[in-house]
Amino acid sequence: MLRLGDNFISSLNKVYGIYTLGFLGFVILMAILEMAGVSNTIIGWLFVAFTVLIYALIGVLSRTMQSSQYYVAGREVPAVYNGMATAADWMSGASFIAMAGGIYLKGYPYMGFLVGWTGGYVLVASLIAPYLRKFGCYTVPDFIGTRYGGNLPRVCAVIILVVASFTYVTAQINGTGTVAARALQIPFEVGVWIGLAGILFCSMLGGMRAVTWTQVAQYIVLIIAYLIPVFWMSNKLGYGLIPHLAQFDAVSRVQELEGLLGVKELLPTAEAQAEAGKLAALKVGINDASATAMANWKFFTLVLCMMAGTASLPHVLMRYFTTASVKAARQSVGWSLLFICLLYLTAPALATFTKLSLLDPTVATSIIGKSISEVSSLEWIQQWSNVGFLKLVDGNGDGILQINEFFMRGDIVVLATPEMAGLPYVISGLVAAGGLAAAMSTADGLLLAIANALSHDLYYKVIDPKADTSRRLVVARVLLLFIGAAGAFVASLKLTSILGAVAWAFCFANSGLFFPLVLGVWWKRANKAGAVAGMIGGFGVGFWYLYMVQFGGMTPWYGIDGLRFGMIGMPVSLILMVVVSLMTEEPDQETQDMVDAIRVPKGKAVLAADH
Amino acid sequence: MSKQIEHWGKTKSLLWITLIIWAFFAFIIHLFGTSLNGSFPGAYYMAGQGAQLAFVILTFWFASRQNKIDEEFGFSEDD
Repeated sequence: MLRLGDNFISSLNKVYGIYTLGFLGFVILMAILEMAGVSNTIIGWLFVAFTVLIYALIGVLSRTMQSSQYYVAGREVPAVYNGMATAADWMSGASFIAMAGGIYLKGYPYMGFLVGWTGGYVLVASLIAPYLRKFGCYTVPDFIGTRYGGNLPRVCAVIILVVASFTYVTAQINGTGTVAARALQIPFEVGVWIGLAGILFCSMLGGMRAVTWTQVAQYIVLIIAYLIPVFWMSNKLGYGLIPHLAQFDAVSRVQELEGLLGVKELLPTAEAQAEAGKLAALKVGINDASATAMANWKFFTLVLCMMAGTASLPHVLMRYFTTASVKAARQSVGWSLLFICLLYLTAPALATFTKLSLLDPTVATSIIGKSISEVSSLEWIQQWSNVGFLKLVDGNGDGILQINEFFMRGDIVVLATPEMAGLPYVISGLVAAGGLAAAMSTADGLLLAIANALSHDLYYKVIDPKADTSRRLVVARVLLLFIGAAGAFVASLKLTSILGAVAWAFCFANSGLFFPLVLGVWWKRANKAGAVAGMIGGFGVGFWYLYMVQFGGMTPWYGIDGLRFGMIGMPVSLILMVVVSLMTEEPDQETQDMVDAIRVPKGKAVLAADH
Repeated sequence: MSKQIEHWGKTKSLLWITLIIWAFFAFIIHLFGTSLNGSFPGAYYMAGQGAQLAFVILTFWFASRQNKIDEEFGFSEDD
């Protein structure tokens, strides 16, 4: 049967060029079908089926039985392509579906996520990733375990990795379920399991190799899906060709409208809010920068937690193990960030143009200030209120829709924008395919990070060091299956919102892993006892704090809420690691030589190629 | 061995420069959000576009500087 051969790497440009053109052709074909009168449901199905089949096909073609291919894609992924794969790995359902909506509803404070989720890559490039690449590890716990020596640090790292990544993956499977349910008109619980099947198809047979090449394909789909509607809207509203440049005039216009419509004065009445439940009305200005010390502190802590989390999340770091060299790993971080910014710089523009098309009375699609009966007869309003994503509540009973009477879920900004702005349904199908690609690609990476840590670090390194390659890879695949099923099960319980779970994952990772990773490279004196104390202390205290704030009814200290509990875990981790390291013996000569070796790109990796 | 110490010294100075620029765009500039806002939405710009562009340029600049340092000491990988 067909399999990706050695010449695949040399013909990447051709393969993905044809793929991109093919996908655009498919979108055009769908547009023609829509004009020919094919129903929306069928177009939605075709979009999801076509893209998921392609990912699964790539997954099957990339199957492998070699451990270096399975764990690190043979270390031959070019920097640019690894950048694309990392961008897809990184940008989750939360980035794709929830981010623009968050900016829309929560305004400037929410933009801390945009700063934190990009600036973290500066830390990845300068502090960690190239050194781990030189080290030659397969997984992040592999580095911790070898650098600090012994099974205890390795097992601690595995536990933190599993908790952080599992928290994150349930949010992603939840995302695939949401999108699949919307696009295919099936129950959410069924959508979750269908999403999982697609995810497993991409990763089971080929491990990292398969995930890499499907993630590149998923990046192309998600970025096309995100950009097209925004460019369309910017031009339709007459603000200019490039939304990224045109958005600033739109921001000024929105600020004008905020005064006219009373965005910050007209708050929802208690009864109206009770009727709307968890849905939210617009209550903040678009550009109200932090004016108080507390607002500045909250922005600062959010940015810091997201950045340190970025630099310690294993599914991101392990992408840089797949490049051909240390130099390529460094450049690849730059490419990752560039590809991520293509989407992240578009999110505020999307939020702003959506706001404008709903608020500006001179725009045909606006709804604020119109009569409630007129607005509620709009097709998209009906569709999305039927699924509970938005609600109109006439708080003052005057029959006119005011700003404090329109309640929505943030996710709607991305998912419903094509309909709001009056774009054809084919764009909605495209956006659904993009959202699915974003959630699937992140779930792939996370599931693989968990399964690899359990199979390589726990099973092979700790439980059965004599296991041969084929046995290890079988164990890895079986684990993937079980963890995926467990993730889907937890996701179907809908315990927390997508964004909440994502922020927790970042804080789990930075509380437990940030300092052990950074100091492992930058401080020779860091030793086993210090690392173990840092991991257990940081993670344990962070976990305790989250539990107390979220479920124990404790008042957050200085505004450090559940999204920012890394602000508690990280300092504990740093202090414990430094103090305990200094109180105990310094690492032996062998370990110090190992640190010297990873600090220069030249020379052999610390761990053998097929360890 | 001294070559290695010198190489690491240069690497460390590059790290500090990188982290200072990073901290400026990650934290410091946003403290002045209200003063950035005039007829142009400066706070929105810095949080939604300016900082990100700075990070992209900084990361590529860092990569090329670090590669130069490695080459200077003959520590880069042989191709």
